[in-house]
Amino acid sequence: MSDIIETPLDIEVHPPKLYAEYTSTILRAPSKPMILLKKSLTERTAPLFQDFNLGALDHDLTKNSIKNGEPLGERIVVHGTVRNEKGEPIPNTILEIWQANAAGRYVHKVDQHDAPLDPNFLGTGRCMTDAQGNYKFYTIKPGAYPWGNHHNAWRPNHIHFSLFGNQIVSRLVTQMYFPGDPLLEYDPIYKAVKAKGRELLISKFDLDITEPNFALGYRFDIVLRGNQATPFENR
Amino acid sequence: MSTKMLQTPSQTVGPYFAYGLTSKQYGYDFENLATNVLENIPQGKEIITIKGKVFDGENNSIPDAMIELWQNDGENKFFGRFGTGTETENHFVFQTIKPKSVEGQAPYVSLIVFMRGQLIHSYTRIYFSDEEILNQQDAVLNAVPEERRNTIIAQKKGSVYEFNIYMQGENETVFFEV
Repeated sequence: MSDIIETPLDIEVHPPKLYAEYTSTILRAPSKPMILLKKSLTERTAPLFQDFNLGALDHDLTKNSIKNGEPLGERIVVHGTVRNEKGEPIPNTILEIWQANAAGRYVHKVDQHDAPLDPNFLGTGRCMTDAQGNYKFYTIKPGAYPWGNHHNAWRPNHIHFSLFGNQIVSRLVTQMYFPGDPLLEYDPIYKAVKAKGRELLISKFDLDITEPNFALGYRFDIVLRGNQATPFENR
Repeated sequence: MSTKMLQTPSQTVGPYFAYGLTSKQYGYDFENLATNVLENIPQGKEIITIKGKVFDGENNSIPDAMIELWQNDGENKFFGRFGTGTETENHFVFQTIKPKSVEGQAPYVSLIVFMRGQLIHSYTRIYFSDEEILNQQDAVLNAVPEERRNTIIAQKKGSVYEFNIYMQGENETVFFEV
């Protein structure tokens, strides 16, 4: 286990802990110096979820919560490859996503935004990368929504992503944005990312995976920290 | 030299993760990837409860944090997940077994803390107050300034280990750079 080559957090792309324009960070970002951790078994491994039974529709948010019809909005297909920093694909790793519906409303009970819920859209899904590190979701393009960070603040359209990779340093929670969104330049959550990293969060329109008469395609490739190719057994 | 790809930047988990990441706990109709209870407890192992709250810089308990518990001592492995929005007073709670000592280190579990207001998640560890001897000899604990060491040692109270997380302030929890 001592042959792991680790790479540091890319501080030139990740956001800082404290970013005052995103006001919630002010009382929630740790302020004291962090302690460098000498990692042990727990941190060098990750849950692999081999026993978890993915539902047949878990990856299809347009169908996984249907009650009495199709969800409203623009159908999209989002795909990409999950890699490590050496560019090697990470197979069989779980991705979880969640998002607002086409009207910009989250199912979450705390969301009080005055926009309609969609009885046929829950807005969450998951899938596992294939042997080549590829993933694919079907969903509805999420709407923008207002939030209380500052006067007339609106979040750009986005999909939340959560990934594991093969060790604790690979753990990533992020948000995928859409090309050409005019709200991006006003959004402090996006702008907190260093300039060099911002475009990495914007998906690319992809005509090749756009499905005729069905759904627009977007590509969102993901790079997780860490650079060993083979996952450690976690069972 | 091989090329190194830039890491995808982190973004906050936001306030609305519950129906996706901790769906059953919050009463949504979507299967959970993980819960807060270790399943298949090996025979003869004592179940422990770890319970606590997460506090912001004004000492208010945080109702929309998500805690992940990672544990692997080579024998027993556990990945648990729980949000602070369903229990009284915004508690998180986990049921697991105490990990054994690995390579002479004090037993511990790792926590990852996610919440609105964190652009990137925070890593900490839970040590156990009834492991005094191993705790005193532990290299990681000894790398922590003595006056902060108690912030990552859960206090045993009856059958419960209490572990509060302070994001800021005098008692700020030790967070690790991993």
